[in-house]
Amino acid sequence: MGKKFVAKTGNETMAEAMRQINPDVVAAYPITPATEIVQIFAQFVADGVVNTEFVATESEHSAMSACIGAAAAGARVMTSTSSQGLALMWEMLYIAAGLRLPIVMPEVNRTLSSPINIHCDHSDTMGARDVGWIQIFSENVQEAYDNLIQAVVIAEEAKLPIMVTTDGFIISHGMESMEMIPDKEVTDFIGEYKPAYSVLDVDNPFTVGAIDFTDYYFEHKRAQIEAMSEAKKIIPQVQQRFGERFGRKYAAIEEYRLSDAEVAILVLGSTAGTAKVVIDELREKGHPVGMLKLRVFRPFPFEEIVRALSSVKVLAVLDRSDGVAGIGGPVFSEVRSAMYELDIRPRIVNYVYGLGGRNIDLALIQSVFTDLEKIAKTGKAEKMVSYLGVRE
Amino acid sequence: MATLKELAARAEEKGELLSGGHRACLGCGHPIVIRQALLAAKEPVIVGCVTGCLEVTTTIFPYTAWRVPFIHSAFENSAATVSGIEAAYRALKKQGKYDKELRFMAMGGDGGTYDIGFQSLSGAAERGHRMLYLCLDNEAYMNTGIQRSSATPKGAHTTTAPAGKVIPGKQQHRKDLTACMVAHRIPYVAQTIAGNWKDLTTKVEKALAADGPSFINVLSPCPTGWGYKPELTLEMGQLAVDTCFWPIYEVEDGKWKLNHQPTEKKPKKPLVEWLKSQRRFAHLFKATDSEELIAELQERVDQDWEELLAKCE
Repeated sequence: MGKKFVAKTGNETMAEAMRQINPDVVAAYPITPATEIVQIFAQFVADGVVNTEFVATESEHSAMSACIGAAAAGARVMTSTSSQGLALMWEMLYIAAGLRLPIVMPEVNRTLSSPINIHCDHSDTMGARDVGWIQIFSENVQEAYDNLIQAVVIAEEAKLPIMVTTDGFIISHGMESMEMIPDKEVTDFIGEYKPAYSVLDVDNPFTVGAIDFTDYYFEHKRAQIEAMSEAKKIIPQVQQRFGERFGRKYAAIEEYRLSDAEVAILVLGSTAGTAKVVIDELREKGHPVGMLKLRVFRPFPFEEIVRALSSVKVLAVLDRSDGVAGIGGPVFSEVRSAMYELDIRPRIVNYVYGLGGRNIDLALIQSVFTDLEKIAKTGKAEKMVSYLGVRE
Repeated sequence: MATLKELAARAEEKGELLSGGHRACLGCGHPIVIRQALLAAKEPVIVGCVTGCLEVTTTIFPYTAWRVPFIHSAFENSAATVSGIEAAYRALKKQGKYDKELRFMAMGGDGGTYDIGFQSLSGAAERGHRMLYLCLDNEAYMNTGIQRSSATPKGAHTTTAPAGKVIPGKQQHRKDLTACMVAHRIPYVAQTIAGNWKDLTTKVEKALAADGPSFINVLSPCPTGWGYKPELTLEMGQLAVDTCFWPIYEVEDGKWKLNHQPTEKKPKKPLVEWLKSQRRFAHLFKATDSEELIAELQERVDQDWEELLAKCE
């Protein structure tokens, strides 16, 4: 039997994946462009096709708080948000991670106010890069779906919360051809959730969220940090199991025509798809160009990045957010830091692009490669950080 | 409702559900309220609590005073957190993965309830989660060092609304949170005090029996923040009732009922007795121009009392 493809938007796909995952509790609040995910899911609840208790909270802060309560009660828990919603959850994101609760969240990348803007960039999720959640970025609808199914297993094995991101509107509202896994096979792949503890265990009462002073806090944080390092082993195992079962292979990074590339770009999310077209065109003309797509941003796969980019001469990191720190985007800072491991390093520059949904097209990406080839030739970079596609 | 004998038997059987060894201040009203509330529950109880005095004094890792399952996540969200637990409980029960009959209590101080947690409390009440929210109202942010909240009465000295040379303490009257919760049309709402075990345990029993959200606002005297001798906590609670500063009443399915009324033999005490009993009001009696303010405070109590009487008719 041949593969069955369907046409779905990113949001429809994430909602369908949630239906298949069939979580015990979903607590959520609407926000553009993620609204449809819980909206579609609420219909599944209303139609009785899932067992989920849906808690339509009065804010994202309460949504994450309810997720924390439900997860501490041993339930399989999901939510979804974007942008300001993620920002309002901020305090609770740390607490979900600190309590080691495997909450799973499809997050739709949207910029942050001010100015208010509903379109895509990575300001929201990049701002939340140090809250202790695993973060996985998606290039397209298919990858987003596959990432979310894997995310359930990764979170529960790592005992850490996880967000799977899709680029706002570009993926969330873009319709693509994708292959859904049959319901039963999703159920089998994710298995039954067996929580390490539950506050419902009244015969063995214990305290969750106790206060640590100087004598214990550091040890608890150290254990959490170790869990994130351990996730580096868990993620590829889950990806491998997924690949063996469903035929689509994933890793923390994806190398695209990189092995013999002299100049390369590093991107996250949907931009990778656009970049692949540019790379193919340039390759046809004989340009030695390639790309590293970062799929897993937390835990940060620095070993893989260093290995994959070790023979590149010039690298551009494309950031879809700026740290407003005077030194470009956060991905740039981290990649540049990772590459310091090498004795002979590529020249690394940063392009901040696409803020507030500004389009990134083939010509813009091509202009980056033109710059990189010039740098490779002259050995000089005019700027360390450039802003792509903005009226200066 | 449980008699003292029944409660004593329950205590014997269950043991102390909030054990000794916690670090609450001498004379703190909170542990009294919690021990009695937990005893009033027949079914096993899960407790969620906001950041504040109760949480930091009872859960200092690696110790815990709680012998029931307890969760703290943040300051403004015990109602939301417990609503998640309650949803998980329903989900797991529905799927046949859990079979015990439980009750849920969310709690917080006045800061975590009147102020920063007001939204999450309102949301949880509107959604109809079956849980009791217990507000332990000591009328200021005591854990962080006696800062004003919207529960702090007008004229009280706090560290963020201090009595000074030109401003005599807090300038605003407190919020009537209990009435706000009545307005949510939930099945059971009540006010009580630390210091009347019968009233408190009866109300907790009724609240836990209600098939939906319930709310009890407990005035929990604070010797540290109010400035009175620690051994007088229970008397302070009673004085609040006797002056009608904190009437005890309940609203069952929308029906208001007073639980204590002044009589001819024991008439309503003047508010001055209440004000004079605590250091936080001491400046009112040192200044020469406080008479008007004291009269205004009395007037407010009288007005609230009359309105309450009318609702309870």
